[in-house]
Amino acid sequence: MNETASQVRHEYAVEMLEITKKFPGVLANDRVTIRIKNGEIHAIVGENGAGKSTLMNQLYGLYHPDSGEIKIFGEKKTFVGPRDAIKAGIGMVHQHFMLVNTLTATENVVLGNEPVKGLNFDLKHSRQVVKELSERYGLYIDIDAKIEDMPVGMQQRVEIIKTLYRGAQIIILDEPTAVLTPQEVEELFVIMRNLQKDGKTILFISHKLNEVMEISEKITVMRGGKVTAELITKDTNEREIARAMVGRDVVLKLDKAPHKPKDVVFEVKDLQVRDNRRLEVVNGVSLTVRRGEVVGIAGVAGNGQTEFIEAITGLRKVERGHIIFQGKDVTSAHPRLLREMGMTHIAEDRFKYALIKPFPAYYNVLLGRHYKPPFAKGAFLDHKEIKRYTAELMEEFDVRPRIIEHLGGNFSGGNQQKLVVGREIKANPKFMVVAQPTRGLDVGAIEFIHRQVLRMREQDVGILLISMELEEIFSLSDRILVMYEGKIMGEVRPEETTIEEVGLMMAGKKLEEIRGGKL
Amino acid sequence: MKKMFQSIAVPVIAVVIALVISALVILAIGKNPIEAYGSLIHGAFGNQQAIIDTLIKSTPLILTGLAVGFGFRAGVFNIGAEGQMGIGALAAATFASNFGGLPPAIAIPLTMLIGMVAGAGWAAIAGFLKAKTGAHEVVTTIMLNSITTYIASFMVTGPLATGYGSPKSPEISTSAQLPILMRVGAMELSSGIVIAILAAVFMYVFLNKTTSGYEIKAVGFNPYAAEYGGISVSKNVILAMAISGALAGLAGVTELMGVHHRFLGELAGGKGFDGISIALIGQNNPIGIIFAAILIGALRTGSNEMQFMGVSKYIVMITQAIVIFLVAADRIVRAIYARKKVEA
Repeated sequence: MNETASQVRHEYAVEMLEITKKFPGVLANDRVTIRIKNGEIHAIVGENGAGKSTLMNQLYGLYHPDSGEIKIFGEKKTFVGPRDAIKAGIGMVHQHFMLVNTLTATENVVLGNEPVKGLNFDLKHSRQVVKELSERYGLYIDIDAKIEDMPVGMQQRVEIIKTLYRGAQIIILDEPTAVLTPQEVEELFVIMRNLQKDGKTILFISHKLNEVMEISEKITVMRGGKVTAELITKDTNEREIARAMVGRDVVLKLDKAPHKPKDVVFEVKDLQVRDNRRLEVVNGVSLTVRRGEVVGIAGVAGNGQTEFIEAITGLRKVERGHIIFQGKDVTSAHPRLLREMGMTHIAEDRFKYALIKPFPAYYNVLLGRHYKPPFAKGAFLDHKEIKRYTAELMEEFDVRPRIIEHLGGNFSGGNQQKLVVGREIKANPKFMVVAQPTRGLDVGAIEFIHRQVLRMREQDVGILLISMELEEIFSLSDRILVMYEGKIMGEVRPEETTIEEVGLMMAGKKLEEIRGGKL
Repeated sequence: MKKMFQSIAVPVIAVVIALVISALVILAIGKNPIEAYGSLIHGAFGNQQAIIDTLIKSTPLILTGLAVGFGFRAGVFNIGAEGQMGIGALAAATFASNFGGLPPAIAIPLTMLIGMVAGAGWAAIAGFLKAKTGAHEVVTTIMLNSITTYIASFMVTGPLATGYGSPKSPEISTSAQLPILMRVGAMELSSGIVIAILAAVFMYVFLNKTTSGYEIKAVGFNPYAAEYGGISVSKNVILAMAISGALAGLAGVTELMGVHHRFLGELAGGKGFDGISIALIGQNNPIGIIFAAILIGALRTGSNEMQFMGVSKYIVMITQAIVIFLVAADRIVRAIYARKKVEA
């Protein structure tokens, strides 16, 4: 075990020196140097497209640097593929898990490296090994359960065990908290500290500044393919990190002016909706939204939010219950009627619903209003007016590049979203469904979009916000509802609740149960 | 601008490569490719008669090309232009051989309309099935092609039979025949070519200038986003199929009213399927489709003269196949093109 000895001795677990990686038209990494000390939890933060993933993929052998050097425990390495990286002691947990759904946890962990007895797979030994790893680091899993039957948090633990089984000393966690409830995040942090105690080095990739502040010791900030700051966590703050990420001062928490909501504009009564497999995924949801009010729906992804949104916007059939908009029953109404009545929708999946990629910007901003004046004159489109309007919208919502002929699919994520947000706001809605408006966006664009939502609220538009980001829910909502397995667990006001309380509801506890003892 | 350049560059490069490869084949069979191509060009464009022949052959190809190309632009793969062309011609022939008393000013548009409506209705069946049940239009239109074949052979051997020679319908009344634009020797160029060009103009205007065109394209590119924008997907799928079918029906009608003047058992004769390759070569662009149809029409017309000098006319099948292959696999051409740019 000479290698282990050298691993312990050497100061740095990972050194990536002067790494440059080009893609056609993009300099993804520009002479990036990072050094990660042995046994450290090191966060790498940056906006989308800052080059974090490219850098990590090179460390994991998925890409090869155009120039620069990678050293692992002081030893220069060239990785042809992930196999070499694994051999050098690197493990990676991807944002999208690489697990076989129909196999058990144990089978997934040993897959590709199975213990054998003679010619047979040695399940008994495998279970033993997996159990030991699980207990040693507090990675609690049901080792005989199938992946498809596990909650996401547990699947993630299986992924971590898999890296340990393969002998990882350095573990890369790519946005690991994106899919977790706040409680699961806390559990993950405990596991990360256990791993650290055992001498593992952890690279934690994230864009959630509060988490980075809590768990890491050092922070590397990237922007535009370069390292813009190397910070020691205890000597810095969220504001400083955000500035290094965006390149300017960012308002992290918007001031929400007090605003008195008016009359009810939108109401859902006992709604029941099935998904494509005919399962009842929305089961008796009722809520009201008043004009000038933001109602937030919090919840972990996959608890019926998607189908709920589709049902209230006319994109999915309602099984039971009623949707009332401006006093009129619009259950299962066609989206065109809803738009005519003044409902607009910032869709959660902008590639599926909100954007037509091969259409130029001036056709994308038209969607939903293309058949009416001023954009249509009889059966014909008024291209002159359409182009003028598009230029105006792009100016107003700061969409870049400001080229109206640019194809929808060629804008960056943030600019696509601005285009969509602009379109849905400029249609003068009375009620807006705003779903995951900032998913995948950078700090600067998030701030912009949040401001727009609050501006609509001040103009007395009723807003239903559905988001997996608790911070977003807390900072924008006047009331918060929590959805779990198609039901509402409770309603709270952001100033009267805590992240913990909402987190418990997200995990399936009813508000009465949580407050039961206190009340 | 760059996109337009690329959409022209791909088919042009494909044609050049195809001609070079065909030349190698001609060389391999011991003939002179330059002479062979010389006679091919002469046969297609060498004199007025040749040019007229090329245009006559190109007319139905333009229309079936537009039919398939329109479908592609709307996100449906109408592989049934063959059947829609046949059913359109059959319906028009049934009408025009029975109502001879009408003046041309009524008989011509009415016959055309009947053929187009028949083609549209035939294609709309596939559109309806796709919209309501999800049945794929490739399957259903092929089935409709077979049904057309049987209906056609029933009609020309039964109700519409002339009773002599090969199965065919009686000649349509002269008032329903398209006016002749030009006559050289035995060659008659009917006004069908004008109709084909007007159809291309229609397709361009419809797709690029109208709200319905916007809706059809939106559904073709992203049906989810279309629905989200309040556009009915089912309505537009049926409409797209119907318009595509109407164009194919028009191809049958111009063959009937301008060329054969009667319905023959095999009137479509593969021209509906040629529409697929022509739409591909023409990049689903109306102007591109006109040029692609004339290219194929010219290859077919000129190949006869090439045959006289001892080069099999089936060489043009090779040329045509390579063009289609390259255009369909335009990534290959684009990759070559991109590499050149990098090197430069």
